[in-house]
Amino acid sequence: MELITTVLSKAGAKKSTVKWKFKMTPMRWVFTGIAAAAIAVILVRFVLGLGATTNLNDQWPWGLWISFDVLLGVALAGGGYGTALIVYVLRRDKFYPIARSAMLTSLLGYIVVVLGLLIEVGQWFNFWRPYVSWGHASVLFEVFWCISCYTVIQILEFCEVGTEKVFKGAHKYLKKAMPVMLIIGITLPTLHQSSLGQLFYLMVGKVNPLWWTAFLPVFFLLSSFFVGAGMIVIESTLAGKALNHKVEIPVLRGLVKISAGAMILYLMLKITDMVVRGTFANAFAFDLPSIMFLSELTFGVIIPVIIAFSSLSSTRKGLIWFGILTVSGVVMNRFDVLFTGMGKYLNQYGGSYVPAVSEFIVSLGLVSIACLAYLFLAENFNILGSHGSEHADDIEIKDGKYASTAK
Amino acid sequence: MAKGVLVDIPKCIGCESCSVACKLWNELEWDEQEKCKTAADRAKEPNNGLWPEEWTSINRFDLEKDGESVARYVKAQCMHCEDPACVSSCFSKAFQKLPEGPVIYDQSLCVGCRYCMMACPFDILRYEWKKAIPGVRKCQMCATRVANNQETACTSVCPTGAITFGDREELLAEAKKRIKEHGYVDRVFGEKEAGGTSWLYISDTPFEQMRFRTDVTTKPLPSYTEGYMKATPFVGVGWAAILAGLYVYNNKGKEPLD
Repeated sequence: MELITTVLSKAGAKKSTVKWKFKMTPMRWVFTGIAAAAIAVILVRFVLGLGATTNLNDQWPWGLWISFDVLLGVALAGGGYGTALIVYVLRRDKFYPIARSAMLTSLLGYIVVVLGLLIEVGQWFNFWRPYVSWGHASVLFEVFWCISCYTVIQILEFCEVGTEKVFKGAHKYLKKAMPVMLIIGITLPTLHQSSLGQLFYLMVGKVNPLWWTAFLPVFFLLSSFFVGAGMIVIESTLAGKALNHKVEIPVLRGLVKISAGAMILYLMLKITDMVVRGTFANAFAFDLPSIMFLSELTFGVIIPVIIAFSSLSSTRKGLIWFGILTVSGVVMNRFDVLFTGMGKYLNQYGGSYVPAVSEFIVSLGLVSIACLAYLFLAENFNILGSHGSEHADDIEIKDGKYASTAK
Repeated sequence: MAKGVLVDIPKCIGCESCSVACKLWNELEWDEQEKCKTAADRAKEPNNGLWPEEWTSINRFDLEKDGESVARYVKAQCMHCEDPACVSSCFSKAFQKLPEGPVIYDQSLCVGCRYCMMACPFDILRYEWKKAIPGVRKCQMCATRVANNQETACTSVCPTGAITFGDREELLAEAKKRIKEHGYVDRVFGEKEAGGTSWLYISDTPFEQMRFRTDVTTKPLPSYTEGYMKATPFVGVGWAAILAGLYVYNNKGKEPLD
């Protein structure tokens, strides 16, 4: 599919045209199908309510949508602020080639989170209440403000890229504002990534002691930082295949090593935490929580660290394994805090929760929408490299302010 | 002075007048699913008889006491914490603790995130899952009656004196007196639990056998996140300043990135 839009920039002057392309491949049709199914479920949810579309209940008021769309979505989007920190603030220019794609993934991740939240909350039309009715004692208050402001900041940051192609007049202003946006755009996620962990600190005595600790905010923050490299590896591999663009191994390897450094700190803090609170017995009880806890650390942290600091990370295969394991580790961790961590307490009087098929469809659908959006944006804007803005051909159109042709 | 209610469990005969009074005063709808349930059924179900239209319920527990089998009826409803987790967890201030004691909820401010339900130390909040526009539902401790110097609807109809409305401090003293007089379990559930609650329970049978959360923390729950929230603005500003410094330092004399 190709679309050419023609915009009149000055009255009577030459018209500039912009080309938009989006080629449908079998995979993209699959994404579109899942997204369509999800939109259908979402419509049912808005008409009939949460009870009709989810298996949530009074024992399990939070389920798949909160853990997957929000907890996990925010964590996996952590590659954005991490990269912004490394590239723009610390000026490790070597990593610049992945900066834009990492930040775009993060933006799309947050859009999924915001959409997911609107679907998830009962009175979505009241979403703005916390802006005026300040429940500032709540950790969620901070999460809400930070996530919503950060999403806006990320959209503006993307506009800096977007205006290379359209609305070019605004580009220089956005470029001037970039340093401020970058600094706010690193501060906000640092705050809310940790606060997502602190949310669970209020559930005293309900979460398994393996996960319930005063270190929760630090663990959530560190893991959102180190999962960034894993996500970038996976994303660049997938995008590399779909869009025929590969990131050089030394760039990825460098990132993976920074990430592994954060993992070592994470691991040391986990051990310190276990010593301080005396939870070694729980960790090696070999019941379900203990097995989940140990495999989360072994496969999600220890093995990736070994890969990163050995020769394995100099091959694409090794890097991909690092990515898969790290991301799976964080996925497990976020699910563990809610499901494994709280299962025993919430089910004590016969409560139960297994996500409904419709819940899975919505979660997968949101991811599919993000994937389609990524592919479209990466194909039409300068995301994956080859710097310098794309020059559109100037053609003349005799009359009409706006014309578009689809091929 | 803050009000409260004292529940003297052995005095309850399970007549459920309190439930009926609650329904009438609060104009709660009749719920089909509650039709054939007994107090013993409710004690075994996950929701312990509390539903969006059931703000209080009587649960029957068949226990052993001194070699004899006894039945004990426990009234369940919101405990109305002195320093409630739901109030502190709500990011849009939909919950409020009134100085007279009741913890009340305002659906017009509610976003519907259900963090309150996750945070409640006694798991008594219920959600209107079946509605397209749902709200949280719970006992409001007849806040309008209490504000007008009336007692709560449930206590006003209790024929046996199992539930008594009054000043919390006086009820606490009364509870301790009754514990001594009747040889009850030496614990006023609600005195210190979750930092103290407006509703106080005393019993002659162990609380843990009647679905009481006896291992609940005695620290007020909001105190767990208070320090974190107070430090956040300072951490945020400090971190932003550090980042700005690093940005300036690292970009000195360098070409800006595209």
